[in-house]
Amino acid sequence: MVRFENVGLRYGAGPEVLRDVSFAVEPGSLQFLTGPSGAGKTSLLRLLFMSLQPTRGLISVFGHDVANLTKDAIATLRRRIGLVFQDFRLIDHLNTYENVALPLRVIGRAEANYRSEVIELLRWVGLGDRLWALPEVLSGGEKQRAAIARAVISRPELLLADEPTGNVDPTLARRLLRLFVELHRSGTAVVIATHDVSLMDQYDARRLVLLEGNLHVAD
Amino acid sequence: MSLIEARLRFPVYDLRAVRLAARRVMRARPQVLTPIVPTQSLSGKALAAVIAIMTLLASLTLGAVVLVRSSAGNWQSQVAREVTIQVRPVEGRDIETEVRRATLIARASQGVAQVRPYSRAESLRLLEPWLGGGLALDELPIPRLVVITLAPGAKADLDGLRQSLADQVAGASLDDHRAFLERMRQMTRLAVAGGFAVLALVLGATLLMVVFATRGAMASNRNIVEVLHFVGAKNRFIATQFQRHFLALGLKGALVGGGIAMLLFAGAHFLSTRTSEVPEGVAWLMGDLSLAPEGYAGIIGLVVLVAAVAALTSRWTVHRTLASLD
Repeated sequence: MVRFENVGLRYGAGPEVLRDVSFAVEPGSLQFLTGPSGAGKTSLLRLLFMSLQPTRGLISVFGHDVANLTKDAIATLRRRIGLVFQDFRLIDHLNTYENVALPLRVIGRAEANYRSEVIELLRWVGLGDRLWALPEVLSGGEKQRAAIARAVISRPELLLADEPTGNVDPTLARRLLRLFVELHRSGTAVVIATHDVSLMDQYDARRLVLLEGNLHVAD
Repeated sequence: MSLIEARLRFPVYDLRAVRLAARRVMRARPQVLTPIVPTQSLSGKALAAVIAIMTLLASLTLGAVVLVRSSAGNWQSQVAREVTIQVRPVEGRDIETEVRRATLIARASQGVAQVRPYSRAESLRLLEPWLGGGLALDELPIPRLVVITLAPGAKADLDGLRQSLADQVAGASLDDHRAFLERMRQMTRLAVAGGFAVLALVLGATLLMVVFATRGAMASNRNIVEVLHFVGAKNRFIATQFQRHFLALGLKGALVGGGIAMLLFAGAHFLSTRTSEVPEGVAWLMGDLSLAPEGYAGIIGLVVLVAAVAALTSRWTVHRTLASLD
């Protein structure tokens, strides 16, 4: 699904933040990406999401060499990847329903065509009664569930989450993690970037550990 | 919540309950999807107001150009239908006889509708504005005028008339006002060119404003642009969202500006037909301030043009900005 071979990354003329990173994300797999703050987790996720180009090495996403892709081709590939942020990144003037439906709106599907799908998913994540609420009136947990719903509404093959439990309390963090595990069980490959060891200890999943720009894989 | 729990919570076989719940939800939902680029921003309102002012100025300029052009056209055709014979006093010749002869020759000429010789008294009255009244002008050799009105549509033989007058009337010359008409045409052309230059400047200023407004809107909506990128939106889609937003803004502003201009022209025409208060200079230059239908059509065209300029400029700016972001 995704393959990194000897990938290196540096910003401008600075030092390499990632060095000789090689790993693969298999379809339907679950892995944690961990490491101390500043180790390069977010950079690695951005490479996975193709919003950064590596300085060296090869990245292949869904069988395509990222270096040879046009902007439009990258946008098309991104539709097969769901992305969840620590700070939710919901659009403030759109209600929960519209935020979650955004990926479907972007690919040009008619609203009548996806309405029931979005409502069903929002009920599934427990936001059935918050469909028309704006993000400003949602709690942190509700926002994160809406962000997760947005990331999975188009049934992505790969789900990337950057510190998805960073802004919620431990109880909600456990609930959100269960949500990711459910998605993984339904066939989606999931990569969760987190430095919360107690959270990772709850599930026996592969760990990709970043230390000073080097990646260590613990199966 | 597990998938099993979810299925238990929302049983799919209870179609009536699902239908009722869906109906309840849909009753509460807003009727239309919110535009992705927020419409109710202060900068958006300010831009619509500025576009309205610009369109008003451009429409007034366009209307004035159309008025000047049509009035000048009328004036020119009126002047062009008139030629004048001037008979200067020649020593030893009776000027009254010469004027009569000139009148007869003019009447016999091809394409002439009317010939009106000015009497000595009338000629003196024409000179009064320059020389003042109450002067003893009897001894002065005053030239006399014969005004000829040409038949509309007919081809007058002015060269033949000029030749006949030169041969048969002492001191007669024919003036077809060619030099005056040429000066008027030049003046009209200058006024129209000035009007179009103002229009071009207004459109240029609108274009620049939209460029800055689009950049501002993109900067303030950077979060939205990023999220759209993350959910797989192509640059074309993002540009279309901004273009739609600025088309609506441009259309709103231009409609207000163009609408006010049309009301002003209609009001000016109404007042000019109801009162005699129109200043003489304005009346001379622009007639009864009646804007021809093509003037109103031009203003409507201007409204569409301004909206299109706003939309296309924003699209171009978004594409450039996105290209620099990638």
